[in-house]
Amino acid sequence: MSKADAAAAILWVGVTFYALFGGADFGGGFWDLVAGGAERGERPRALIQRSLTPVWEANHVWLIFILVVLWTAFPPAFSAIMTTLYVPLALAALGIVLRGSGFAFRKSVEGLQARRAMGATFAFSSVLTPFFMGTVVGAVAAGNVPADGNGDAFSTWLEPLPLLVGAMFVATSAYLAAVFLVGDARRAGENDLESFFVRRALAAAAVAGIAAAFGLIELHSEARYVFDRLVDQGLPLVILSALCGVGLLVVLLRGGRRPLRPLAAGAVVAVIWGWGVAQFPYLLPTSLKIGEAAAPDPTLEVVFVVFAVAAVLVLPSLGLLYALSQRDLLEHES
Amino acid sequence: MLPLDPLPLAASASNLLAAREQMAFTLGFHIVLSCLGVALPATILVANYIGLKKRDADALELAKRWSKAMAVTFAVGAVTGTVLTFEFGLLWPQFMDRFGSAFGIAFAIEGIFFFLEAIFLAIYIYGWKRLSGWAHFWSGVPMVVTGIGGAFSVVAANSWMNQPQGFTLDAAGKVVDTNAWKVLFNPATGYEVPHMILAAYMVVGFLVASIYATGMLKGRRDRLHRLGLLIPLTIGLIATPVQLLVGDTAAREVANHQPAKFAAMECIQETGSHQTEYIGGVCTANGVKFAIPIPDLDSFLVGFSVDTEVTGLNDIPADERPPANTLLHLSFDAMVGIGSALLLLGLWLAWAWWKKRDIPKTPWFLRAVAVSGAGAILALWCGWIVTEVGRQPWIVQGYMRTSEAVTEAQGIWFSFAVVILVYATIGTIAILVLRRMSRRWREAGGAEVEETGAPYGPPTAEGTA
Repeated sequence: MSKADAAAAILWVGVTFYALFGGADFGGGFWDLVAGGAERGERPRALIQRSLTPVWEANHVWLIFILVVLWTAFPPAFSAIMTTLYVPLALAALGIVLRGSGFAFRKSVEGLQARRAMGATFAFSSVLTPFFMGTVVGAVAAGNVPADGNGDAFSTWLEPLPLLVGAMFVATSAYLAAVFLVGDARRAGENDLESFFVRRALAAAAVAGIAAAFGLIELHSEARYVFDRLVDQGLPLVILSALCGVGLLVVLLRGGRRPLRPLAAGAVVAVIWGWGVAQFPYLLPTSLKIGEAAAPDPTLEVVFVVFAVAAVLVLPSLGLLYALSQRDLLEHES
Repeated sequence: MLPLDPLPLAASASNLLAAREQMAFTLGFHIVLSCLGVALPATILVANYIGLKKRDADALELAKRWSKAMAVTFAVGAVTGTVLTFEFGLLWPQFMDRFGSAFGIAFAIEGIFFFLEAIFLAIYIYGWKRLSGWAHFWSGVPMVVTGIGGAFSVVAANSWMNQPQGFTLDAAGKVVDTNAWKVLFNPATGYEVPHMILAAYMVVGFLVASIYATGMLKGRRDRLHRLGLLIPLTIGLIATPVQLLVGDTAAREVANHQPAKFAAMECIQETGSHQTEYIGGVCTANGVKFAIPIPDLDSFLVGFSVDTEVTGLNDIPADERPPANTLLHLSFDAMVGIGSALLLLGLWLAWAWWKKRDIPKTPWFLRAVAVSGAGAILALWCGWIVTEVGRQPWIVQGYMRTSEAVTEAQGIWFSFAVVILVYATIGTIAILVLRRMSRRWREAGGAEVEETGAPYGPPTAEGTA
């Protein structure tokens, strides 16, 4: 593995963590959005609030990690993506601002109407943000980003594959969140909420699966290079993802307790790495290879050191945060 | 240099202006919040320490309240910081394309600090009830360290834009080698980084103190308000004299290494010794109008001798001169003036404390403290105007012009308008939320304030809020 490939792997590790934890936070917003009126939605929203409050900012930092590694290790790819897909990226950034502020404000503004407005802002932007991020990923995978950047501002992402990937991002986020919330409801002893989120996890899994199936068809017609490698070198990962997904459905339907989260995470992680394998050795299929986009070696070495330090310091700290949060040692009110 | 811009010249210039305005606006908004992220943790921990060590319930209550306010400001700071991360690519893609591998080094390190800060901030903010006193205190200490580390990395990146080094270009202008150490510790790091960290402590110290001074002026003279005034004010007042020394050094370094910036901010037209220092005024090509001139002082400040030669704008090529010299000059003067006024405020408090072990009795002292927070923020903005506008027309001093870095994407004026609207809204709501928190604490009079129920449950839950 070349240094550039190793840096790309680090980028993918960041993407994986963001998809899992940031994704679950977005999904929490999705379920908040569709939880119904103030009365009916009160308890699911309270559970979502409890689960998200102490962790969402830490989870959000993975996005910063991804952007920084991308622009430091692969500057031309960063620039090409930004100059081509600036419309969905700007909308995603707008969504991030509205979502974070809406969430921070909604407990503390005055009056029910204002709270609902803040809550709706949080929830609505929790759906839009992963959708636009998905269109960016879909446009990259579809090979719509030219190596020199400045691709068309609209046609590059307003086509079936990127839009399907956007929908898949939303559904997957909702699915991850529902599975996490099943566990949280169980821990809180709220049995009705547990089955509430089991039903929603199943529905989201079905939608994500359908979007993925249509995505494969579109991948076949729009991004042949990626498709061919996905069903060849990437096949074990595709199968692993499918197995995890089916396994989770079985466990959920039988009312089983374990291992929900590892299965849900496994299904998502396998897809992300399958995508990586399918694109290899391209960062922007099929115009820019990882090696061509890579920064000089000393810069890549800095990225390795940063990653090593993060593994030693950040991961255990994140573990501590999750452990405290899961053992209810952190409040959820501020 | 890059090939010619494919956009028509006028459209390109308009794009550049829009991108610069949007960057300035979003940075100006975020930098106040990032000061809170850098320096509020230490301020809170001082109160927390006093509370635990001396069993001081008021100090502990202050630490709790401030940490709850920080939960709001950190959230808004995190998302507005993310916008800046996007903007590097959305507004300045050519800069990132060419120099990301060097400039990015500092930011890669910042990532770790931001991560750790977000994690321990969450543990500290939400750990008040169920973590034991000292364990909880220590869980907050990493916030202080990572706040300073984060400020170091981000400002080192900015320092590098002012005094770039640690990279090798090939004939095509592509970065082919980098030296992380030289990027991080470029000549401007040594003064820009401490200048910004001290600025953060000043902004937080004076801002928090100004809130309690306002309360005391309204007749709330309880011990909580006294402590709430004294703890942050002391921090701000300790930082101020050090800041003036660092700032003085910074100005001299700028004179030596970025003569164009220095000439513009001091309105020096002709190179020579015995330069006059102008206080205030309007910069014109024929000299400074409406200013208070102090003969020879500028030369003396740059080289400790009136014979020191200082470069004037006449020795800078016309297309390398910073724009808006009057703005630069007045910003610089305002920053120095506010810093000096804050120093006097500190001396006033120190004198009263030495005489009577008390804050000065006159309401004028409280009035001065009440405006010191806004003053410190204004000085912060002025300082960044000097740094950033003074570096123009360069984005990477001497290597890349800002006009070469800007995106060709259309619609930047539109995005700028959206940004103004959104930021004005969230800024207003943030202030309303913080005021509402403060009012509730006051009404509860020290009793535990608890928000229960769903984030926007039915009206019955509203009754407890």
